[in-house]
Amino acid sequence: MNFIRLRGLVRKESRQIIRDPSSIGIAFFLPVLLLLIFGYGVSLDARHVPLAIVVEKISPQAMALISGFNQSNYFLPVPMQSIQEAEQALMHRKVDGIIWLRHNFARQLLMGHTAPIGVIIDGVDSNKARLIEGYVTGVWFNWLERMTKVKGQNLKIPVMVEHRVWFNAEVSSRDYLVPGLIAIIMTLIGAMLTSMVVAREWERGTMEALMVTPVSMKEIMASKIIPYFILGMGGMLLSVLMAVFLFHVPLRGSMSALIFSSSLFMFTAINMGLLISVAAKSQFVAGQIAIVITFLPAFILSGFVFDIRTMPAAIQWLTHLVAARYFVDILQTLFLAGDIWPLFLINSAWLGLMALFFLIIIKKKSRKLLE
Amino acid sequence: MLRKIFALMKKEFRTILKNKKTRMVLIIPPIAQILVFGYSASFDLNKVPYAVYNEDSGLASRQLLANFQGAQAFHLVDTIDHDEGIAPLINEKKVMLVLHIGPDFTRNLSKGQPAKLQVILDGRNSNSAMISLNYVRTIVMGFNTHWTTVHGGGHHVPAQLVVSSWFNSSLDSHWFIIPGIVALLALVVTLEVTALSVAKEREAGTFDQLLVTPMTPLEILIGKSLPGFIIGFIEATFIIGMTILWFHVPFRGSFLVLYFGIFAFLLSAIGIGLMISSISVTQQQGLMGAFLFLVPAVILSGFATPIENMPQFVQYITYLNPMRYFLIIVRSTFLEGASFDLLWNLYWPMVLIGVATLTAAGMLFRNRMY
Repeated sequence: MNFIRLRGLVRKESRQIIRDPSSIGIAFFLPVLLLLIFGYGVSLDARHVPLAIVVEKISPQAMALISGFNQSNYFLPVPMQSIQEAEQALMHRKVDGIIWLRHNFARQLLMGHTAPIGVIIDGVDSNKARLIEGYVTGVWFNWLERMTKVKGQNLKIPVMVEHRVWFNAEVSSRDYLVPGLIAIIMTLIGAMLTSMVVAREWERGTMEALMVTPVSMKEIMASKIIPYFILGMGGMLLSVLMAVFLFHVPLRGSMSALIFSSSLFMFTAINMGLLISVAAKSQFVAGQIAIVITFLPAFILSGFVFDIRTMPAAIQWLTHLVAARYFVDILQTLFLAGDIWPLFLINSAWLGLMALFFLIIIKKKSRKLLE
Repeated sequence: MLRKIFALMKKEFRTILKNKKTRMVLIIPPIAQILVFGYSASFDLNKVPYAVYNEDSGLASRQLLANFQGAQAFHLVDTIDHDEGIAPLINEKKVMLVLHIGPDFTRNLSKGQPAKLQVILDGRNSNSAMISLNYVRTIVMGFNTHWTTVHGGGHHVPAQLVVSSWFNSSLDSHWFIIPGIVALLALVVTLEVTALSVAKEREAGTFDQLLVTPMTPLEILIGKSLPGFIIGFIEATFIIGMTILWFHVPFRGSFLVLYFGIFAFLLSAIGIGLMISSISVTQQQGLMGAFLFLVPAVILSGFATPIENMPQFVQYITYLNPMRYFLIIVRSTFLEGASFDLLWNLYWPMVLIGVATLTAAGMLFRNRMY
């Protein structure tokens, strides 16, 4: 390793980045855009769900139940005349669910029977359907409590569930999506940008020119890693600042753990991109491989939205090959729970192992050899 | 004219298919992805790891816990006997929840008083936390019904919810996600094929040569679009086949309605791909452009998180996203068996996006020379 030669190469590589607006764009514009969109918009919690309300016969009990829906933040009740009208609205995706009180609702209540409350939910988005079911249950339960209180009794339900959610008491899905999103953006920046840099030199023929110079392959690779590493860490810093100050995601872990793990992950991601680039030798193939093996797995197999713990065993095993999964785990824990060392060390060890593995293959694949 | 277009198309196909690596990239990843994502992309939980902290020695608590042990959705990992045991289990993600039963559980129950089951959940993934809490409630509700019928004892529920879900009665989230993967992969593949096609020629300098041939920009445009169309159609058909035959997601609509949607969707995807490609000068730029479009397009499509939750201005932006429309079409034709009249207002925005971007691409062919 000769540092003067390395410096020259790094300078060339940095100029190439600075003069091409698209790489700066992906390093800074993409995190800002994605975090803004996610932070402000994307959440798995349902709010203001349009709900058709069909009351076939008005009674005080029915009105009390309906007022529960009116007051709830989760629902946007739409009164409807008949169940047929409500079903039509559900078919046309105007409402996501129907509450149906039949004409004998009040009578059955007064007679001491168990009166049915009809609930129909659009099950196409099953996750949302589950949430809606949960919210409806909540409204129903509150109404039961109020009703029994009015009668001067206590609600007599055998076992009551009481819950406490650690790390995220308001159960805000934003708090868990934003740290995961940072991991995805870092994957993109690291692996996508670097996936093309070596392939480009091959395709343009400049690799041959480099080969006749005294620079070693190690120096060429190092010169590709260093500028992109700095670029990536800049994007990381920006993302963390936005997460903490704009979206108020709590950062409960220590700064040193955050810096250590993000450097490690950035290094791994860049090595992955470099490996793709070295192996593909054509920008077209490198680009396609990068999309296929970085973005989509990072999106679906990293635990960012879909929980790894509940995937089939074979797939859980497969997720160990996705570098983003370790970083998602580290970030979610660092942000929401704090420094939990056993978890932190295991994930870091896996990341280190992956980086090492990529480096070895890169070394094997990148020889000063023409085909 | 047709001969010229055909010749360009043939050349495009050759550039895509001549190289073994490029061929592989088009064939293997979609198969692998639909299989892997089909099994993994799910909001349903099974075998939720949990621990039990039972301070009650009575029969009732043991009965309740037996219900959890018998449930498919839960998997008992550990039992603990003091408060301090809870934190390490949850912190280190050994369990998703801890069930805590206080010492007077059985006593309260037999006296007709409400007995408490405390659930402590890991909120790092708040969605999983809420879903597993719902599972806990379902089991407890079953236990309550059983308890009141056997013991009576003053427990009575005056009104009961009767819940039914349309189109997906068991609320299997695979039925929601897998048809979405059809849209996701079709978009990725067509963008891959088109976004680099012009940039590649620009970088190699052959695009200038193409422009001085007798071909008009319209002909170049069609010649460049058709391979994307054909590959997109084949891949989409393959993935739909897997969705129906392998994953057994019910297909309740008509293929005509679905394929009309695929046509409009591919048109818009190809338009966007070609537009990105004709703006870019290098392939790296082309790929970055494809990415800058693809990532927000997937996230803002309603693929995993509902559009209605986004703030109003973001919702307006999603109207520019063709995947948003196509996702509804795929899911509706699969699960609801929707017909043309329910979906017609989802087709034309995609066609409009396609026509606009293709026109822009055609204009950029000539005007952007380096």
